Amino acid sequence: MQDILRDMADVVRDPFAYGRKLKADTGKKVVGYVCTYAPEEIILAAGAHPLRLFGTTGTIERADAHLQSYCCSLVRGVLEEGLKGGTDFLDGMVFPHTCDSIQRLSDLWRMNVTQGFHVDAVLPVKLDTQSACQYMIDVLHRFKNDLERELECSITDENLSKAIRLMNEIRRLLRRIYEIRSDQPGLMTGDSLYTLVKATMIMDRERVREVLQKAVEKMEAAKSDTPAKRLLMAGGICNQPQIHDMIEAAGGAVIWDDFCTGSRYFETLVSLDKDPVTAIAERFLQRAVCPAKHAGLRNRAEDLLRMAHERKAKGVIFLYLKFCDPHAFDYPYLKAALDQEGIPSLLLEVEDPLPAEGQLQTRFEAFLEML
Amino acid sequence: MPENTEKIEKDKRKIKSVKKMKEIMTLYYIDAKTAAENNKKVAWITSGGPVEPLIAMDIIPVYPENHGAMIGASKMGVDLCEKAEAMGYASDLCSYARSDISCATVNGGPIGGLPKPDMLICGNNICGTVLKWYEIQARYFNVPLFIFDTPFCHTEYYEEMRRYVRSQVDEYIEFLEKVTGKKLDRNRMEEVGRLSVAGQRMWQAVLDTTVNKPAPMSAFDAFFHLALIVTLRGTQTAVDYYQELLDEMNERVKDGIGAVPNERYRLLWDNLPIWYRTKWLSEKFAAHDACLVADTYTSAWCGSLRYMDENDFLNSMAEGYTRIYLNIGVDEMARLVCDMVDKYDVDGLVIHSNRSCKPYSLGQYDIQRIVEEKKGIPSLMIEADMCDERMFSESQIETRIEAFIEMLTHRNRR
Ligand code: SF4
Ligand code: SF4
Ligand code: SF4
Repeated sequence: MQDILRDMADVVRDPFAYGRKLKADTGKKVVGYVCTYAPEEIILAAGAHPLRLFGTTGTIERADAHLQSYCCSLVRGVLEEGLKGGTDFLDGMVFPHTCDSIQRLSDLWRMNVTQGFHVDAVLPVKLDTQSACQYMIDVLHRFKNDLERELECSITDENLSKAIRLMNEIRRLLRRIYEIRSDQPGLMTGDSLYTLVKATMIMDRERVREVLQKAVEKMEAAKSDTPAKRLLMAGGICNQPQIHDMIEAAGGAVIWDDFCTGSRYFETLVSLDKDPVTAIAERFLQRAVCPAKHAGLRNRAEDLLRMAHERKAKGVIFLYLKFCDPHAFDYPYLKAALDQEGIPSLLLEVEDPLPAEGQLQTRFEAFLEML
Repeated sequence: MPENTEKIEKDKRKIKSVKKMKEIMTLYYIDAKTAAENNKKVAWITSGGPVEPLIAMDIIPVYPENHGAMIGASKMGVDLCEKAEAMGYASDLCSYARSDISCATVNGGPIGGLPKPDMLICGNNICGTVLKWYEIQARYFNVPLFIFDTPFCHTEYYEEMRRYVRSQVDEYIEFLEKVTGKKLDRNRMEEVGRLSVAGQRMWQAVLDTTVNKPAPMSAFDAFFHLALIVTLRGTQTAVDYYQELLDEMNERVKDGIGAVPNERYRLLWDNLPIWYRTKWLSEKFAAHDACLVADTYTSAWCGSLRYMDENDFLNSMAEGYTRIYLNIGVDEMARLVCDMVDKYDVDGLVIHSNRSCKPYSLGQYDIQRIVEEKKGIPSLMIEADMCDERMFSESQIETRIEAFIEMLTHRNRR
């Protein structure tokens, strides 16, 4: 288990080094993406490798000439890497339409980062109508054509089905890992869990399947009865910072989440009994909704409460990235929904990288003490 | 100058139509606030939303964004924003949204709150903020919400977008028929469509009068007179009013009356106004003989005229409402700004970097660079917020304006 985690931590620490190496070793084309509404299956079916960008770990300098300081650090970080050349091995980028900031990031990338192709997937914002469903299917067909043109390949239904199976398998394995850990949080630290999830979006997906399979076997065989106060993490943030060590030091453990680098990535599978593009579109309509999209007025609160009950969470930590509008707008209503059910919550608004540790640590301790 | 002549001078420059405009807006708000008593339905709608079917169905459209502007102009933004923050809304969120969300719960603001909505119509062609904002209000008022989803046109308006938006026009009408229990009168709809296009044309004509030197009105005047094309688009009232305003402007052009007494510099404004400081800013620039002759904001309400067909309104409005200024790529926005620089013969660009509005502001640095390079004109960036005065640093902005004017003077001498 330790070797698996060590390898994955290396990948997460320097995803670009991994991407470069993968490209050199396999000759595969690499396509970058910024959000979990990117149709990975279609990229895989094109024989290419989808690699998610998570902002930057370095300082932001070049992006400051293009984006104001009141833009979220994820978007600024992604642009920074693009401008700095960190991503110059990418054959192209895909930008699914979600929030206003990613929307403009796509423009700025297209205008300023010239290497590689650039594709927008302008998904519907509304996900709960018939015409939106049809439009979603149309967009994915256009995306497929765009990829075929840019990658000079043809994407067959057979390859799409294969990619769907692979991704479904990965989603199932991740879910299994979450479930085992939800029963025995001591089996894996939160940081390790998120390393695993993130690495899934960076590494060769066939390899990911093997590694996750191994991880599941190891975890199924292990036992842990370390007690921990069960927490749920929600509110979203496109990329999660490393805060689990602090939570665990304070006696808690995040046993489930509502994050795109978490359960939102693996919940909901793509159906195998349909036309593959339609099936991928339908998953996007059914999956846990991003706050920048609309699938109803109360779904997110209902999902959160269901999750809290199912996972027997004692409290919820809301984690928000500063300047993230869609998530911030949902906070008051999500919190009110929890309050009504008597589930305590803690709000953290952070920037990536995180502020001085002491501050957060104290807040976690105080919160966990209360539970 | 003796006091007397100064007053005559000032009076000469006053736009007479202002009074009429205030009357129309007062009547409009009285109508809206007494809607329930008169058995009329009220719809809240976004500023870029498709209002014409509402007018055709005798539903009173109410604009929270226009209300937001009023809140800002009456300097009540900070108080309401703080209230929203106490409700848990982050201070970085759009100050229109913050003001409106808290205002609804306390009926505050300059007109004691907006009349309660019977339905909400959200057009997301301006931003993603309105989607969240209208969801919040739909939960709060427990009324039906219609989302008019206009896919973003980074580079193109694709056939599937047209189909999607067009089908929503029908869904929208069905929604309205269901909520009101009435059928849309198609003849009336055609009439409203024609009036809407006529009103937009008239508004464009008003804005176009500033190609004259001196410009008979400034962007600050446009900010004020904008209210009708936003709120009463599709009515005869708007068409008539702008006809009158146009006549007045043409008269001023004939008499050589400018908005700024000795117009020397012609500037272009980008982004929303800074509502609580329009007067201050207008005087600052005027003191340096600089006139903001045009802006990217007020022209957005006639910018997609080229896609609209008055004789086929319902079909063409899908495209017209999708391809508006804020729903296109940064490079196309820069192109449009360059066109405006030429059209209005502008000497400099004044950019309001508005913390509230990400879709409008993110990308401004690139627009600034492109316009400077392509048009060889200098620019000034003002960091502020349209309603939240806490984001306005007077001394810093004053210094910047002065340095900018100095640069203009310098270039002028060369
Ligand atoms: S939160 Fe929304 S924008 Fe962010 S990764 Fe998830 S789906 Fe994409
Ligand atoms: S959803 Fe929020 S965190 Fe994600 S890119 Fe948009 S603004 Fe940034
Ligand atoms: S100011 Fe900007 S963010 Fe706010 S409602 Fe208007 S367009 Fe949307």
